[in-house]
Amino acid sequence: MSAPLLETRDLSVTFKVARQGGWPWSPPRELQAVKQASLRLEPGRTLGLVGESGSGKSSLARAIVGTVPVSDGRVLWRGEDIVSMDTAAQRAHGRHVQMVFQDPLDALNPRMTVGQIVAEPLRTHFPDLSKEQVRAKVGQMMERVGLLPALINRYPHEFSGGQCQRIGIARALITDPELVVCDEPVSALDVSVQAQVVNLLQELQREMGLALLFIAHDLSVVRHISHRIAVMYLGRIVEVATASELIANPRHPYTKALIASVPIPSPKAERARHRPVLEGELPSPMSPPSGCVFRTRCPIARADCADATPAVMNIGNDHLVSCPYHSSTEASPL
Amino acid sequence: MALLDVTDLTVSFDTPDGTVKAVNGMTLSLDPGDSLAIVGESGSGKTQLAFAILGLLAKNGTAGGSIRFDGQEILNLPESKLNAIRANEIAMIFQDPMTSLNPYLRVGDQMAEVLMLHKGASKRDAFAESARMLDAVRIPDARARLRMYPHEFSGGMRQRIMAAMALLCRPKLLIADEPTTALDVTVQNQIMELMADIQRDFGTALILITHDLAIVAGSCVKTLVMYGGRVMETGATDDVFAAPSHPYTRGLLKAVPRLDVPQDKLETIPGDPPDLTALPAGCPFSPRCPASHEPCATTMPVQEAFEAGRLRACHAARETVA
Repeated sequence: MSAPLLETRDLSVTFKVARQGGWPWSPPRELQAVKQASLRLEPGRTLGLVGESGSGKSSLARAIVGTVPVSDGRVLWRGEDIVSMDTAAQRAHGRHVQMVFQDPLDALNPRMTVGQIVAEPLRTHFPDLSKEQVRAKVGQMMERVGLLPALINRYPHEFSGGQCQRIGIARALITDPELVVCDEPVSALDVSVQAQVVNLLQELQREMGLALLFIAHDLSVVRHISHRIAVMYLGRIVEVATASELIANPRHPYTKALIASVPIPSPKAERARHRPVLEGELPSPMSPPSGCVFRTRCPIARADCADATPAVMNIGNDHLVSCPYHSSTEASPL
Repeated sequence: MALLDVTDLTVSFDTPDGTVKAVNGMTLSLDPGDSLAIVGESGSGKTQLAFAILGLLAKNGTAGGSIRFDGQEILNLPESKLNAIRANEIAMIFQDPMTSLNPYLRVGDQMAEVLMLHKGASKRDAFAESARMLDAVRIPDARARLRMYPHEFSGGMRQRIMAAMALLCRPKLLIADEPTTALDVTVQNQIMELMADIQRDFGTALILITHDLAIVAGSCVKTLVMYGGRVMETGATDDVFAAPSHPYTRGLLKAVPRLDVPQDKLETIPGDPPDLTALPAGCPFSPRCPASHEPCATTMPVQEAFEAGRLRACHAARETVA
């Protein structure tokens, strides 16, 4: 196995939230968004991150990019800890890691032209480039993502959602990054446009050797684009495996429930699909259950699940699962 | 007799940017107790169709054509007459339950109000019936829940409350506009189960408006595919999925990744959703259609039957058969 491009070790993200009752003397409260997440991402590969809202996938991504503070653990970039870097080094590191956001129109400044938006990271990271060089690079990048370079002086509102997402991708790629973190990049797009953006990301990955951290709640899309998939639940990573292995042979009861919940666009397959209704909803991250966070909704929970956080087990093929009773459940629902 | 008959419906809006043509001549019918999925992307006119049925169009909107419900023409009825039909006969569930519930009122008060207003029920009876209905949508501890405010519920629970509220007057038709789009997939599953139960237990006809083909496959007997305010094709869900006849339906089905069948590369529909202020004179899908040819951009194909229970509007599909 090649050296990882990015690695997180026991990464935790904690947010301070309003004091209970709102009085100055009431105890401060903490929200644990991510708890002890360990992930590896190889160069040029895609790691998918799935989980429901509130599972901490966006917080984890933002901690990796450095837009939310890491409260514990390490983020290693080619083996070097970026959390402990000084500010200047972190800023220089920034050009290697870029981000694509969910709402394509929201993520673009409405008062800047497309040219200015796409050029902005260049101005930050390569201040020595001449105006002509910047313009040439922006034009090339726009063409690469499927936008007419003639539209360089237009404003975001003149574009459709799919085109705005292309602008967002162009901005992320202009610094020639090695890792692009995509936070729900296609969730806000129409089905017919979603496929265009997914294909574009895959092409760019092959051409530029990009690594992608692809976050989405839609397991079908994540499976399509990812080499490996990590499943999160209430701030914890509960299972990691290669995409095909995870779908064909999920071991964690939550992963199974998640896969079984995904509707399939085929009436025949839908009738055959056993709909296991996962009871209840995500507990509050302010007061997660003790021990295994999934135990309150788990169909195979036992009394001792409340005692301790289950250890991560490697069950072969680099398939990691944090459930001691993973082998006691039946096969994949698909 | 059909419960709902929509004939040649048009909906347009006067805006500073010109006339937005949201619905352009839609015809559909729905039998009592039937379920119809209306599938379309943003700008397809699917939500405005629902709003026209309930008389909820924005002030600058104009509707033409005909909507007959239970034999009665309901398009452009005055508010007073519509209020007798809304909730009593036709109820609607919206996409975002939090914006549809009043945050200042206890859930019980909001629910009881419906019965007191539409059925003239006493407060006591209205609360008792509300509790029964919350129970029916499987909200545990219904009596106590009536005293809670909307923010005290999770998204999935709120959508259940919306469904309970919609069912209070036992409507003959329930319109659900993207009821699961704001929800997580495991909760989405719960709500779709609920929709199926509602249909079975109350015999309500259902119109499910969605962009998600996968949800349609498991929930509705019939499917109607919309684009640019027009019907592209309609038929039994099984037939539409097994043998899509319109190039747009085919494109949509191929563009969704499937969990059960891995694909190498997703097929795409080139271009962007239509600009409703400047639709082509012919088929609205023609600028993006792989089968588009000479008459498509200028002449709108007529909606015609081609197999038992199926209709489509496409020049290319007809010619390949002929």
